Amino acid sequence: MLILTCPYCGVDCDETELGAGGEAHLKRHGPGSTDEEFESYIFQRENPRGVHFERWRHAMGCGKWFHAARDTATLEVFGTYVAQAFEPPQEIKDKITAKRPGWTWRDVA
Amino acid sequence: MGRYSVFAVAREAFRNHTGWQRAWSSPEAKRRYDVIIIGAGGHGLATAYYLGKNFGITNVAVLEKGWLGGGNTGRNTTIIRSNYLQDPSAAIYEKARSLYETLSQDLNYNVMFSPRGVMMLAQTEHEVRGYKRTAHANVLQGVTTEFISPERVKQLCPIIEIRGPRYPVLGALWQARGGTARHDAVAWGYARKCSEMGMDIIQKCEVTGIRSEGGKVVGVTTNRGDIDCDKLGVVVAGHSGHVASMAGFRLPIESVALQAMVSEPIKPCMDVVVMANTVHGYMSQSDKGEMVIGGGADGYNNYTQRGSFHHIEETVRALVETFPMISRLKMLRQWGGIVDMTGDRSPILSKAPVDGVFINCGWGTGGFKAIPGSGWGFAELMAKGESPLTAGFGLERFREGRFVDESVAAGVAH
Ligand SMILES: Cc1cc2nc3c(=O)[nH]c(=O)nc-3n(C[C@H](O)[C@H](O)[C@H](O)COP(=O)(O)OP(=O)(O)OC[C@H]3O[C@@H](n4cnc5c(N)ncnc54)[C@H](O)[C@@H]3O)c2cc1C
Ligand SMILES: [Zn+2]
Repeated sequence: MLILTCPYCGVDCDETELGAGGEAHLKRHGPGSTDEEFESYIFQRENPRGVHFERWRHAMGCGKWFHAARDTATLEVFGTYVAQAFEPPQEIKDKITAKRPGWTWRDVA
Repeated sequence: MGRYSVFAVAREAFRNHTGWQRAWSSPEAKRRYDVIIIGAGGHGLATAYYLGKNFGITNVAVLEKGWLGGGNTGRNTTIIRSNYLQDPSAAIYEKARSLYETLSQDLNYNVMFSPRGVMMLAQTEHEVRGYKRTAHANVLQGVTTEFISPERVKQLCPIIEIRGPRYPVLGALWQARGGTARHDAVAWGYARKCSEMGMDIIQKCEVTGIRSEGGKVVGVTTNRGDIDCDKLGVVVAGHSGHVASMAGFRLPIESVALQAMVSEPIKPCMDVVVMANTVHGYMSQSDKGEMVIGGGADGYNNYTQRGSFHHIEETVRALVETFPMISRLKMLRQWGGIVDMTGDRSPILSKAPVDGVFINCGWGTGGFKAIPGSGWGFAELMAKGESPLTAGFGLERFREGRFVDESVAAGVAH
């Protein structure tokens, strides 16, 4: 069972209390963008085997969206942070680099 | 490699089974092959087999990081059917189903194809309408299937509770020539034939890099050294995302864990396959007597072959309401496989952005049934550059908005 801490209400939530919202920090392309940009935004995913950033919603609680940093291969959770962020806070990045030497933000995309 | 036959069994019986040979050889990798296939699951092995059988291409290596058939091919609930909604799907799944009919003879290996009939229960009004629509589409596609009444459901599978109240059975989509096969045997049978044709199946060989020059593939890097090739087939299911990233492209794929479990063996009580998509549970009885149960997929990316615990409870709870007699059965084993999900729940059989690289993935929760047809079409695509079977499943369909939308059709992909 995956347990994530909602950054708003501080509750440790079982995954059954949450809604999974898929890959985070995608570049949202708008009107006037090319087909390739739309394809990238709507369909293409990093789907990494390792460090991953996702959007989650505290569906059965405060109802708010937030971000989570996880490892998809070990299910380790590095931390959660608010939805209003274009990238993870430095503190979480540092934590990941310490645990996964060599990892850098956006090295896959 | 000797032929398997009743005479071989008799001969071996007289010499205490000392004469059986290994079903495939385990050679060291050569420096170079015409074609390398990454992934010795059913789809990779079937591709190699039809490259040899249909196109005479036998300088082929199949590289597998674990043991052959150890991925989703050896973890699935083995449901075989072809009554999908869209034309490209019906074509490739029906090709596969029809190849399954004679696969044991073709491979000289008993894959235990059992066309016992597959029924997909309609437990809501929406499902009734959806399945009737599929039945009509199947008539036009030449796929034999029919929408049957609740009474017929009860007749075909007496252990079903059709009255509900929560999940009343309102009818079912019934494909009489659908069924099951022995999953391991499908992988083993193809592997044996590939080996017999002189192909190299190299297990415990993990591809860690894909090498290209001037936009064209030249080979792969593995934990056993570099191997060169002219053409590369990537057939790695749940691992497609990070293998594609080795070649520098992304895919419209998310990998999640899907679970299954089996009960303790009981006497024969069910001789059809039943799928209940509303409650997300599937059940059939294996030849050993175990009830084989397929369950839910996680909603988030996951590479651990386990899956979340709560799905077990949800699946069992739902199935117990539909099959009250299983309520006291003990579950023996539970496991998970990493399935490769696309947005339209249809596979990708396509040329990749790197010249010479071809990708076969996205079979998600329902690709076991497709193995022979997928191998047939993908081999043609790799050998000739195009195939009528794979034409609808190109990568460009996402950019162009030409989906083969099976997610609205069934809501689930098995
Ligand atoms: C629980 C469960 C139930 C299912 N039930 C059904 C069902 O009832 N009916 C149905 O039709 N389908 C079902 N499926 C789906 C079906 O199992 C798959 O679609 C199908 O088996 C995929 O076959 P494959 O050959 O593409 O993949 P796999 O069998 O997973 O083979 C891919 C292989 O690639 C190897 N590999 C990965 N990365 C590398 C690398 N870097 N280097 C070398 N090798 C690598 C893996 O080790 C693996 O052996 C189910 C799946 C699961 C998990
Ligand atoms: Zn909250």
